[in-house]
Amino acid sequence: METTLVQNLPEVTAAGVIIKAIIILAVISAIAGFGTFIERKVLAFMQRRLGPMHVGPYGLLQLVADGIKLFTKEDIVPQNANSLIFKVAPSITAATAFIALAAVPVFPDFTIPEWIPVLGGVFVPSIAADLNIGILFVLGMMAAGLYGPLLAGMAQANKWGIIGAARTAIQFLSYEVVTGLSILAPIMLVGSLSFVDFNNAQAGGISHWLIWQQPVAFVLFLIAGFAETNRTPFDLLEHEAEVVSGYATEYSGMRWGMFFIGEYANMITISIIAAVVFLGGYSEVGIGWLTIILKVGFFFFLMLWVRAAWPHVRPDQLMWLCWKVLMPIAVINVVITGIVMMV
Amino acid sequence: MGLEQFKNRNVGTQNYKMLDLGESPKTGMDKFKQVVNRTFKLELLVGLGVTMREMINALFRGQMHTVKYPFEKLPISPRYRAIHDMLRLLESGHYRCIGCGLCEKICISNCITMDTRYDENQRKEVSEYTINFGRCIFCGYCAEVCPELAIVHGPRYETASEQRASFSLFEDMLTPIDKLNLQQEYDGFGAVSPNADENIKKTPLAY
Repeated sequence: METTLVQNLPEVTAAGVIIKAIIILAVISAIAGFGTFIERKVLAFMQRRLGPMHVGPYGLLQLVADGIKLFTKEDIVPQNANSLIFKVAPSITAATAFIALAAVPVFPDFTIPEWIPVLGGVFVPSIAADLNIGILFVLGMMAAGLYGPLLAGMAQANKWGIIGAARTAIQFLSYEVVTGLSILAPIMLVGSLSFVDFNNAQAGGISHWLIWQQPVAFVLFLIAGFAETNRTPFDLLEHEAEVVSGYATEYSGMRWGMFFIGEYANMITISIIAAVVFLGGYSEVGIGWLTIILKVGFFFFLMLWVRAAWPHVRPDQLMWLCWKVLMPIAVINVVITGIVMMV
Repeated sequence: MGLEQFKNRNVGTQNYKMLDLGESPKTGMDKFKQVVNRTFKLELLVGLGVTMREMINALFRGQMHTVKYPFEKLPISPRYRAIHDMLRLLESGHYRCIGCGLCEKICISNCITMDTRYDENQRKEVSEYTINFGRCIFCGYCAEVCPELAIVHGPRYETASEQRASFSLFEDMLTPIDKLNLQQEYDGFGAVSPNADENIKKTPLAY
């Protein structure tokens, strides 16, 4: 089936991939900015407030104002900080988040119309790099993303930063294990690491979704995804109630903004993975891409919803949950999946 | 909460309820049972449900709590004690202060200063009246003691200013003559009761 698919599609050229990369950068950055607006609005509504209202209609221009603020703020490098690492760390977070998106299907295939002067007729693929190890690549890049907060916290000569960095290490490393193990069971069922294969395996409608076969893995993946994107119940890296702002304590302006964009890009990545791997992806009959946007939107909303509803956990509870609860359940899930597949 | 309850500061005799928190687990097995119990009772989803209900209430049932503050202000209790107002007589527009000096006398932080003289009609007139808001503790004694309800505490709670002096002159506190129809009668302590008209009897002059 895959060979016929490839034959029907136009050739993927370098120009198309570059255009796709630029689209991903531009659109996901914009969505990350818009996500902050949505987050403030949703949190406000859940707390019966209005949220941003004064900049533009319904506060919609708030993200423009935020952008101006972030770009024009003074860029501070603290005196005793290791300035090179301090300056590089935010770009690691943002870069890994976007590199991870390279192997994720973000928007549909399209061909640029012929009448556009230079780029006319270039085919832009849905996935910038359609690797056959897509999931592994994404998980690996998200794991590499831990270097951003880690180096940032350790470079800034600030004890809150150090604590934030230590928490980064324990939290990201531990929950990588759960993410990997939880997604292993669906990988065993489908027998492939490619997002396209996952999508095709669930093409038969809602009853074919992997969530019905792997509900435990789905819940585990969601929990681990929350921890890996540093969302609220596991928001220990920048736990503003305990460690002022954790690894981002000394950052200002756009350097802080890059951490932020990276976090939101990671949220989008996790949402897309959850939607493609467990909820049937984008190949619904008829509606197609709208469904995956709705699914991704639902997961994004879920992250905000959870932030409004649930309290933080303590670091020891976080580790307890990971190693004593989630990891054993994930292993048992993988073993049971294997036994069922063999029988 | 009623006023009686509010005034009762005697903690020992009040009706406090002990929450039923259950037994805290002692053995490892108990802890395990508690975890399993809480997991399958889906208590976390109840929390999600509560926030979603609040959101629906706020968005679709008009229970939004936001007051758009600088544009929209909540009513303030008449007993609220803030920057003072000097009231005028509603009929004539003349100010009510008779220069008796009681407020100056009773002021416990010594922040009220007044000077009086006789005007050309041999009527007592306040020539100078200042309140030093750097010293004022807003105790409200001046408003209580005033026999004419001339000095009252206004509802102005935005007391931030570049200098304290901007609040303190008599003319600044006095109701502007063109805003006389907007003057709010003070119904805090010492004010005339709402049914005062019924209680007034005709004077002998009517006969």
